[in-house]
Amino acid sequence: MRNRTFLGYRRADGRVGVRNHVIILPIDDISNAACEGVASLVPGVMALSHPYGRIQFGPDLDLHFLTLIGTGLNPNVAAVVVIGIEPKWTARVADAIAASGKPVAAFHIEGTGDLKTIQKASRAAMKLLQNASELQREVLPMTDLVISSKCGESDTTSGLGSNPTLGKVAERVTDSGGTYLFGETSELTGGEDIVAGRISDPDQRAKFERLFKEHTDVILAQQADLMGSQPTEGNIAGGLSTIEEKALGNIQKIGKAKITGVLEMAEAPTGRGLYFMDTSSAAAESVTLFAAGGAAVHLFTTGQGNIIGNPIVPVIKLTANPKTVAGMEEHIDLDVSGTIRLEETLAEAGERLIDLIQATASGRLTAAELLNHREFVLTRLHRTA
Amino acid sequence: MQLSFLLHHESDNVGVAVVDIAAGSDVLGRYRDKPEEMHILVVESVPLGHKLATRSISSGEDIIEYGVAIGLATKDIAIGQAVHVHNLKGKRWY
Repeated sequence: MRNRTFLGYRRADGRVGVRNHVIILPIDDISNAACEGVASLVPGVMALSHPYGRIQFGPDLDLHFLTLIGTGLNPNVAAVVVIGIEPKWTARVADAIAASGKPVAAFHIEGTGDLKTIQKASRAAMKLLQNASELQREVLPMTDLVISSKCGESDTTSGLGSNPTLGKVAERVTDSGGTYLFGETSELTGGEDIVAGRISDPDQRAKFERLFKEHTDVILAQQADLMGSQPTEGNIAGGLSTIEEKALGNIQKIGKAKITGVLEMAEAPTGRGLYFMDTSSAAAESVTLFAAGGAAVHLFTTGQGNIIGNPIVPVIKLTANPKTVAGMEEHIDLDVSGTIRLEETLAEAGERLIDLIQATASGRLTAAELLNHREFVLTRLHRTA
Repeated sequence: MQLSFLLHHESDNVGVAVVDIAAGSDVLGRYRDKPEEMHILVVESVPLGHKLATRSISSGEDIIEYGVAIGLATKDIAIGQAVHVHNLKGKRWY
């Protein structure tokens, strides 16, 4: 990866992006209609509708704000229009994004209604989109990219082929001074000691152990049979039998790389290296959290055929399952099924993936982008008040 | 002979089918990282991605994949039999 470049966008805060989106960001569920109104009047901007943001409190509200602010700060976003029902929470999100130097316009609906808000916000969106359209891609080092990773609808081909292909990329990225994120906390169960053993900093290791325990204690407290949920019915159909087996396949995604640091949900890394982020194991939730943490490109492995995308981050999808390649061709960006037949080495597959990251970062559209997969899913920590 | 299953680690007692394997097939398996080959008579059909026992495993014994226990056998399992949720249970969750 060292000395390799791509064509991307350097933002005011120094981060590098691979797309140039102008987003219309609702603070709350009842502002979705106005955001979608703006997006229908100004083709080229994108409304990120979601079902939350009212009467949340405590850590759950903190995560809501952190995720919305992080989404606005993502380097694939050129500019943001924020719309909320009332001015205070709207300003809280808009001001935090604007502090990075990114162009932001904020509007609230109470007092004037949807139609006047849509008119004002659409005029702002037109200007922001026109300014964004003048930005040119420039040659940037690939090691400046923040790359995240996640597997979904995994099967045993994930642990044998596609995840260790990502492992080769994780080793290459971290060896050359880049940044790589992984997560899926519950899905480390059975392999958590292996992960903890890769964290050399004792404070970061203690943070990992605390986050892992907090996350899995919530699951265990339900005393529920998780078969069919974690592992999923798709995982089981694909041959995965236990959470431990799924976890050991999952952690192939970091290869033999050492872990630099540990992040809370949606927290941005402060340096370079390999970072664990506490996330849900559900695909759309976790990719949304990685995007809020600043990931510009996402690597997604699947066994049985998870079809997820993200509105602001290109999701590169690969599989080592030849049946999934044959049956769901339009969703797969990279076929690494040769690795499970020993026709291709993992290092060779990793090299092809790095080439695809470079092309995608420079503007090549992914299958998920072409198929309009824009899953934006906020993680909730507890009940609404 | 076509490669039909792979083992992650030399201590594993299960292999992963990399093609659909029909019952009664005598098949070739290999390790991920070492050159030795293994031949197993597979006694029941094992679809691509599912596991087969490469040693005989007693009820209550660890099932080893990636060189690590992924759960316990809930029944005696003969060499060449399929290993999945009907005869393997995790140790960690309910």
